[in-house]
Amino acid sequence: MSDGRHTAQELMVAVAAREIRDGDLVFVGMRLPILAYGVARSTHAPRARALYELGLLRDRPPAGFLGTMGDPPNVAGALWATRMSNVMALMAQGEVDLGFIGGAEVDRFGNLNTSYVGDPARPATRLPGSGGGADIAILARRWVTLMAHEPRRLVERVSYVTSPGHGEGEGWRERHGLLGGGPTAIVTTLAVLRFPAGGGEAYLASVHPGHTVEEVRARTGWDLRIAGGVSETPPPTPEELSHIRRLDPEGFWTRRG
Amino acid sequence: MAEAVERLVPDGSVVAMGTALEPAIPFAAGHELIRQGRRDLTLVGPISDSLFDQLVGAGCVARVCAAWVGNVSEGLGHCYRRAAERGEPRPIEVRDHSNFSISLALWAAAWGSPYLPTRTLLGSDIVTTNPDLVLADGAVLVRPVAPDVTILHVQRADADGHAHLWGPLGISEEAGLAARRVIVCCEELVDAAVVLSDPNRVLLPETKVAAVVHEPGGSHPSPLQGHWRRDHGFYRDYAARSRTPDGFQAWLDEWVRSVPDRRAYLARLDLEPLRVRRRLPSVPADYGDE
Repeated sequence: MSDGRHTAQELMVAVAAREIRDGDLVFVGMRLPILAYGVARSTHAPRARALYELGLLRDRPPAGFLGTMGDPPNVAGALWATRMSNVMALMAQGEVDLGFIGGAEVDRFGNLNTSYVGDPARPATRLPGSGGGADIAILARRWVTLMAHEPRRLVERVSYVTSPGHGEGEGWRERHGLLGGGPTAIVTTLAVLRFPAGGGEAYLASVHPGHTVEEVRARTGWDLRIAGGVSETPPPTPEELSHIRRLDPEGFWTRRG
Repeated sequence: MAEAVERLVPDGSVVAMGTALEPAIPFAAGHELIRQGRRDLTLVGPISDSLFDQLVGAGCVARVCAAWVGNVSEGLGHCYRRAAERGEPRPIEVRDHSNFSISLALWAAAWGSPYLPTRTLLGSDIVTTNPDLVLADGAVLVRPVAPDVTILHVQRADADGHAHLWGPLGISEEAGLAARRVIVCCEELVDAAVVLSDPNRVLLPETKVAAVVHEPGGSHPSPLQGHWRRDHGFYRDYAARSRTPDGFQAWLDEWVRSVPDRRAYLARLDLEPLRVRRRLPSVPADYGDE
């Protein structure tokens, strides 16, 4: 919460929505990206289209709340209802412009761990796994991840790479034959981190209203680089907020915990 | 249901379920496996929205071969965590996949291929921890995964097993084709003339289907297009109560062990808010032949 006018999650949805360009084919993940697609489509990206990994293509998002991408309102009115492998086929051909992935841990190169904290043979924490995350990370033209900004989540080096970002730095993806361009942004509860064109290490691009550069650096598990001109993340506009609250009227995703 | 599960899913079976992802999950079949005390199962699926967590917590499972195990709207699967982290109630082996690679593993089995090459999972540690994935010549080779039995929940089927499933299919086709046999659970049991009027929508050949179970409401709390909304509150309640082993056992007693069958389970729920009311039938296709 910054100034009481919106929650951190509502700001993250607005930031994620602005990452969607008009005309993009978006591989929409669960939770906040479902809302971000709806906001983008209703504001600056009326020609964007959405792919859902279970086997759906849509243009207009349904009017109301979705608990999952498989809720019946997301199927009615679809442009295509099909098998998962057909949706993955489009991404494997390089046709997906932007994907969203939720992360449990991320490191300075944008590698995501959603599998194991500690030794995979006897993990301290067993996380749910990849889902479609690794597929998006490797095959989408660009992708964005969203997560809570905590030192235990933004770590120097992830212990297990579920979904590869820029690997060990610039040029790593090309050397390993990964199709897509990798992560372009990490959107957190405190800030937006971006990556240089061509990949490499994340830098602090903007800080959300009510937070400071020092706070963001203190809550990041590595020595976070700073962009020349760190800006303040623009808060959600009234229009963005109205769409977020229309799509999530009970605050299921944006106003709890 | 009890007879089909008893006859077709012995201890040690490799079982695919939840293949349409969030919708049409055959919870009724999963709960019957728990009631019959099945052991040493290998579960195969893409994401599992709570059903695998329940089977793991009940001690039915030796191995999981999946892309994601948890609770889609609530997050972590607590029973899955206890089993993987502490071996409670028993240790499990996990063969991690991505959604794309588990689909390819089933297609490999369906097509009788020794493996399918792909670019997905290049650079992911999933390749290093799952022995069914091999890095070779700049590609990932995905070895086949062949279920002994795939259990599906569909909107309608006839007694011979011609099943119509609509909405997103996920990995249901490859899971059915790769399996030695399929159990079809259906919301509506219909005449053959109904399903065969639209053979393009028939999911699998009848030769694969070993049993048809008429089980209305068998997918609750997951949604089923044209019939049921997703019961978000039920998933939330499960997530809260399964945080502790005692809480999970109490949940299991209430919703599985003390319930003889699906009809009794449904009788404990207020189903009216979950029923899909708005009808949106498709226009029939004309299969005219002269």
